[in-house]
Amino acid sequence: MALTYDPVAGPDLSAYLKPRAGGAQDFDLLVAGAHCAACMAKIETGVAALAGVEAARLNLTTGKLAVRFRPGVAADAGAVLRAVEGLGYKAAPFDPTEAAEAHDREGRRLALSLGVAAFGAGNAMMFSVPLWAGLFGQELGPATRVMMQWWSGLIATPCVLYAGMPFFQSAWRSLRVGRANMDVPISIGVLLTLFISFVETILHGRDAYFDAAVSLIFLLLIGRWLDHQLRARARSAAADLLALQAPYAITLDDLGREHRKPLSEIAIGDLLVVRPGERIPVDAVVEGGAGELDNAMLTGETRPVPVAAGSAVQAGALNLSGALTLRAAVRPEDSAVAAIARLVEAGAQSRSLYVRLADKAAAVYVPVVHTAAALTFVAGWTLGLGPREALLRAVAVLIITCPCALGLAVPAVQINASGGLFRRGVLVKSGAALERLAEVDHVVFDKTGVLTEGRPRLIGATPALLAQAAPLARASAHPLARALAAEAGPGPMAEDVSETAGQGVEGWIGGRRARLGRASFVGVAGEDAGETELWFGVVGETKVRFRFSDNLRVDAARTVAELTRRGLTVEILSGDLSGPVARAAEAVGISQWRAGLSPTDKAEAIARLTAQGRKVLMVGDGLNDAAALAKAHAAMAPGSALSATQNAADLVFSGEGLGSVVAAFDTARQARARALENFAFAALYNLIAAPAAMLGLINPFVAALAMSGSSLVVTLNALRMRVGAGKT
Amino acid sequence: MTIFLMLAPISIFIALLGLGAFWWTLRSGQYEDPTGDANRILNVGPDDGPL
Repeated sequence: MALTYDPVAGPDLSAYLKPRAGGAQDFDLLVAGAHCAACMAKIETGVAALAGVEAARLNLTTGKLAVRFRPGVAADAGAVLRAVEGLGYKAAPFDPTEAAEAHDREGRRLALSLGVAAFGAGNAMMFSVPLWAGLFGQELGPATRVMMQWWSGLIATPCVLYAGMPFFQSAWRSLRVGRANMDVPISIGVLLTLFISFVETILHGRDAYFDAAVSLIFLLLIGRWLDHQLRARARSAAADLLALQAPYAITLDDLGREHRKPLSEIAIGDLLVVRPGERIPVDAVVEGGAGELDNAMLTGETRPVPVAAGSAVQAGALNLSGALTLRAAVRPEDSAVAAIARLVEAGAQSRSLYVRLADKAAAVYVPVVHTAAALTFVAGWTLGLGPREALLRAVAVLIITCPCALGLAVPAVQINASGGLFRRGVLVKSGAALERLAEVDHVVFDKTGVLTEGRPRLIGATPALLAQAAPLARASAHPLARALAAEAGPGPMAEDVSETAGQGVEGWIGGRRARLGRASFVGVAGEDAGETELWFGVVGETKVRFRFSDNLRVDAARTVAELTRRGLTVEILSGDLSGPVARAAEAVGISQWRAGLSPTDKAEAIARLTAQGRKVLMVGDGLNDAAALAKAHAAMAPGSALSATQNAADLVFSGEGLGSVVAAFDTARQARARALENFAFAALYNLIAAPAAMLGLINPFVAALAMSGSSLVVTLNALRMRVGAGKT
Repeated sequence: MTIFLMLAPISIFIALLGLGAFWWTLRSGQYEDPTGDANRILNVGPDDGPL
């Protein structure tokens, strides 16, 4: 999906400008391909030198270029875009949403909480060291100890109350809907710890756990922050992919001027221009021009469909040849594509009911721990410990079993796994996606664009024929002609070429007139195109036919074999005709396939499989797959898929191969194994520590040590992941 | 004993300075672009900081 911005006659981009205080205007664009200090300097100085630009700054991490225009100047966003593209980088205007900014605020809040917790932990511990070292009763008297406990408490308490807010809020939200998540025992444990420690300090006791409370929050915040980073990175990468696909439209005003507008601003009756290589932005009727549309993303069918004035066209179809002028027939949100997007939303809702691993663990863990603590208190009191001692032991149970290891266990594994996959070109949208992917036992592939490359390749032409037709093919921009020219390699071009949109090209080769295009255009009667083909004919000679086929991806068969070897069953659900589907199925070694399916058929097929108890992974790229992707237990889409499809998928992979599917599956299984190991370790730790706390064997030093130690073990275990190291 | 009363507030004050510095780095957007900042030191010329 190349960028289709035309640098020569650029449409007006003013819809993307954001006014700032003082009359200045901001313009954000996404720049692809800048990776070094030199690129950065080149782009920034190049853009800053433009008329009216006050400053330009490229963020190399996110690839976003922020441009500020001087107040009171006519801001020319198109010039900025042209300048960046002139320097050799791909660029697209970017529309940062409110959601992204809110997300960023949450990230800052977490980072600041982490800083506050680190400050609190370090300083509260400073006062605990003498206690741990057993100095009291030797050089230092009890009065000094109490003073140190006060210091420790005065530092730790505000830090815990501020830094612990994310946990308290989450626990409160969960309790209000009558459930208990992992944050409930954390919050109760921490708050009770603070309370008991103050009581102890006032009563001049020695069991003050201020340092434990604040370092617990610190360690848990690390897990929380890692989880946030994972989601933030995935979200911004997903947004970038979609921004580069540019959901925009070029409209014509009454004076024939072109304007580039975000999709949301298109109204019914607007005149739209769609050039070859661009997608139809909204359901519309052709007003002028003729051409061919590729509906593969909508229906899975690879054969081009001719359109002319009066034809109705659907959003998402790719214009293969001939500039089209369209009149928008519906608003963008009522397009067929948007209807698919709503199906996707409905599917995603059922997916949000998925209970994550950590919450499953919490469902067992929370009642057990709270019962144990309550039992300790009741049993201690009845066995004659006295209420104060019994309460202290109950709190010790809560602290020592506080799910520090559990809070870190899953995020540490998932950030590691998704980081590794990210380097391989696989984008994981959420931690839950990895968990679901690990459970999959059946894989459904779409054919066009997934098992195949999704673009035509010439088949079975002799080099002599190829050389004859190539000069004409080189002169055309039609995808089939381009495929023919690519096959023939460089060479001479035909002279005096004219192209008839949707029909073919005509020109002079070696002094003779020749035509390349549809059968009727070349002069072959009665031969209706049953499949993708081009005809070529020199005046007065026999016409020849070139046939094209959508090639399988090179590693499609190997990927299917690898998946089968892992015990998964594989199936094809395609919207294409049964002939091409059967051929593809045989070539990659899949025995189960269905062809000619509508988007609803696909979604229903997935729903049936789910009803049978199968956990389905759907891999698809078309809009016709989007509903099925959303219905499936886990879903993957290639980076070439349309935005609605990518939105429906949990994982998006880039690159030529399908090997990413196997790599992602292996990584997900490995991540689940690591997470389960971490849970097992945490359970073991609690089995030892909880009874010790019940018997009153835990002092503040042991509590601090045990907590940090268990967190360290869990994190190190997570780092054992090796992503993509195996055969793929 | 007096040394405690002197050193404890001083050490907390120093740690607070560190926390304040961290808050400032967060506020001024210094973690927005780690890759870019690492590369920017290679470029000569003035740097105005994030927009």
